[in-house]
Amino acid sequence: MTTAETRRAWAWEHWFGLTGLAALIAGVYLGLFVAPTERFMGEVYRILYVHVPLQWNALLCFFGAGFVGAASLWKRKAWIDGMLVGVIEVGVVLETAGLLSGIVWAKPTWGVYWAWDPRLTFTFVMWLTFLGVLALRRFAEEHRRAPWTAAASIVASVNAPLVYYSVNWWRSIHQMQSSPETVHTTMILPLRINAIALFLVCVWFVARRARISLARRQAEATAPPPRILTAG
Amino acid sequence: MSTEPTTPTPDAGSAPRTRRLLLLAAGGAVALALSVLAFGDVGENLVYYWSPSELHEAGPEAVGASIRLGGLVEEGSVNRSADGLTLEFTVTDGQSQVDVRTTAVPPAMFREGIGVVLEGTMREDGRFDTARLMVKHDNEYQAPYAEDQRSMEELIESMQFDA
Repeated sequence: MTTAETRRAWAWEHWFGLTGLAALIAGVYLGLFVAPTERFMGEVYRILYVHVPLQWNALLCFFGAGFVGAASLWKRKAWIDGMLVGVIEVGVVLETAGLLSGIVWAKPTWGVYWAWDPRLTFTFVMWLTFLGVLALRRFAEEHRRAPWTAAASIVASVNAPLVYYSVNWWRSIHQMQSSPETVHTTMILPLRINAIALFLVCVWFVARRARISLARRQAEATAPPPRILTAG
Repeated sequence: MSTEPTTPTPDAGSAPRTRRLLLLAAGGAVALALSVLAFGDVGENLVYYWSPSELHEAGPEAVGASIRLGGLVEEGSVNRSADGLTLEFTVTDGQSQVDVRTTAVPPAMFREGIGVVLEGTMREDGRFDTARLMVKHDNEYQAPYAEDQRSMEELIESMQFDA
């Protein structure tokens, strides 16, 4: 290998990461200092600018995992499998933070940390299911790892539309979906900026994770074969 | 990604037939789950809380059972006891009302005209006793100076009784 090859190239996804982080700083600033307080909730509502982007992107990851899983089964490419792991892991991290931010927000507004209403229950089940997919992946033998992860992701992703529509289909303690008509104009902008910024950061993370996955595979493929002990 | 490695060694797990079977099985499970939701009665049976009307419809059967009741806190009905420990108010769905008594500490959001979900029991005399009071705020986020207060109809709609 020449030195040019060994030096790390500037990967395209870093642009997503940089743009996302810059936008996140701007969005958080607008959300914390520029957006007005909420007339009934006061300052505590500002957790909205964290909670909602987290949940939107987590949901997008988990919904997307079904399609990436299908593509992985179809095309059997290592980079698709790497992307699938990325999407699931990023989704689990975001959802963990999303659930925690929801718990923190629920106590002062609803009066309880948690309630087993449809939205919260489906979200919890979805989070747990994808943790299960990651566990399955760990336990699966190497040659089964990719197809099993993919199949399990397709099944698990069915929860995403349920989570999304749960507040419209069933009575819940969680509020129904807000829309630009129900949200004050100056509150919409920081919310949108944070949502898009977090999405860009997600693209960054997923691409990085896929690269790690590929690098591991290549390292395994080029590693000297383990000594095989044969009986007799 | 010039080398495009495929998933390792084609054997049992990664043979095209097994993969197709997995895809079919996963797709089938998804289709099954969705059709159960679409055509089953899940929506009918899944009610997180009763409206005051539904509670009255249940009649004497509701007495003593653990029930979740939802509704709007009726304007002018909130009554705090002198010792500050008990709170009495009326919840409404626009058609019927239930008198509620609680020793729970209400969250700061609690006020007249807001949605609440209460876990408790119906007494024989028609009073609903609860120790767990939850506030269900609607999907409005407005600045303090906003003047557009929601109408009673919109507030009742936010309680999702038609869901």
